[in-house]
Amino acid sequence: MARTVRAPLDEAAVRSLRAGERVVMTGTIYAARDAAHKRLVAAMKRGEELPLPLSGQVIYYVGPAPAKQGAVIGPAGPTTSGRMDPYTLPLLERGVAGLIGKGSRSEEVKQALVRHGAVYFGAVGGASALLARQIRRSRLLAYPDLLSEAIRELEVEDFPLFVINDCHGGDAYLAAREAYRSGAEGSQRSR
Amino acid sequence: MRTIDVRDVRQAVGELLRHSAHSLPEDYLEAMRTAGRQERSPTGQEVIELLLENAAYAEAETIPTCQDTGMAILFVEVGQDVHFSGGEIYAALQDATRDAYADLRKSVVSDPLLRVNSGDNTPALIHWEIVGGDGLRISTLQKGFGAELMSRVQMFPPAIGEEGVQQFVIDTVEKAGPNACPPLIVGVGIGGSLDTVGMAAKKALLRPIGSVSSEAHVARLEGDLLDALNGLGIGPQGLGGVVTALAVHVEVLATHIAALPIAVNLNCSAPRRATLEL
Repeated sequence: MARTVRAPLDEAAVRSLRAGERVVMTGTIYAARDAAHKRLVAAMKRGEELPLPLSGQVIYYVGPAPAKQGAVIGPAGPTTSGRMDPYTLPLLERGVAGLIGKGSRSEEVKQALVRHGAVYFGAVGGASALLARQIRRSRLLAYPDLLSEAIRELEVEDFPLFVINDCHGGDAYLAAREAYRSGAEGSQRSR
Repeated sequence: MRTIDVRDVRQAVGELLRHSAHSLPEDYLEAMRTAGRQERSPTGQEVIELLLENAAYAEAETIPTCQDTGMAILFVEVGQDVHFSGGEIYAALQDATRDAYADLRKSVVSDPLLRVNSGDNTPALIHWEIVGGDGLRISTLQKGFGAELMSRVQMFPPAIGEEGVQQFVIDTVEKAGPNACPPLIVGVGIGGSLDTVGMAAKKALLRPIGSVSSEAHVARLEGDLLDALNGLGIGPQGLGGVVTALAVHVEVLATHIAALPIAVNLNCSAPRRATLEL
């Protein structure tokens, strides 16, 4: 059974998470993707106040589809995280403790996760309709002109995640790939 | 000569795009069920089951399977004996796209540098082909760009041979890793020129999953590539496993004596693909 992680994340939770582990997240997280990241980092450079808190917070790389009448939010699966790599270091420096997306991170980001004590989680890309069911509340927070790329505050409950890169240097994608690469399967069957 | 009212085309294509945003093709679902039985990684099996559950839930609730409802790519085959009435066919297809995306995500920017959202998911990318007869056949791909971003095209010299072709396809999928949302459908174009090789790779994604090339040497290449890709270990969602790709579809084109162009177009595990005939 996957254990529950509360968002925002405290330091003990971050330290306890290990690459490859499956968790469910409950609490408040923030939706932001490409265009919102560009604006946030530009605002930080100018020394402006930001529309969301950063310390201990979790950012989810998502641009939801429009909500059906009466629904909290439309389908809301992860987008490719690597595109946010160029904007991620300043956010980690300001205390962001968790990132949710899909796909590989740059070496620079992985090292920064270790340095700053933060975790990168993967959600299952394409399971967007099911993931949206775990979002209980959604509030538009900033940049409405960016449409699906606006920043949203999301209340999630039992949001299913895999720990991909932990704060100890563990990398679930690399470990999994090595385990199942042709010729490397003997070690896996006993798992 | 047959007359087709473009307002009927608008209606039919709009409905098709709306429907396929929440309804994945049966051949894909069947391929995933088979993949679930073949996958040896428990996590990989769970991911496949989750994606199948997501597909069923999206269909039942008529909500999109994925938040990236894509950029609409339309392949239009027009019989040379067709006459369009009631307006312009190009505008009708853009209107159909606008209609369909009223309730879907607007994922298109009008200019790649200025990056301002077009607000209605237009323009659709439209490819025309004039064929014999008086039919009208329109195939659609609502292409998610997580997988599109990891796709590649390269102009090689002939000396790289079939081995070099295979290596390029394998490298592309390996670099894509978890980013393109495996299990993937891999469209490969070989030959032609810079423009047509990419189109061949994209058209390969229109084929039913697991369909085999009618040319023996190409069919063999498809099989060899599928085995090689599934030996990479990437697995469903990159979480490890033996199902990295559901299918490899290769299309070959005549080319120049000086070149061996290759394009690899990846489709994520949410192929929004449909066809209608009027």
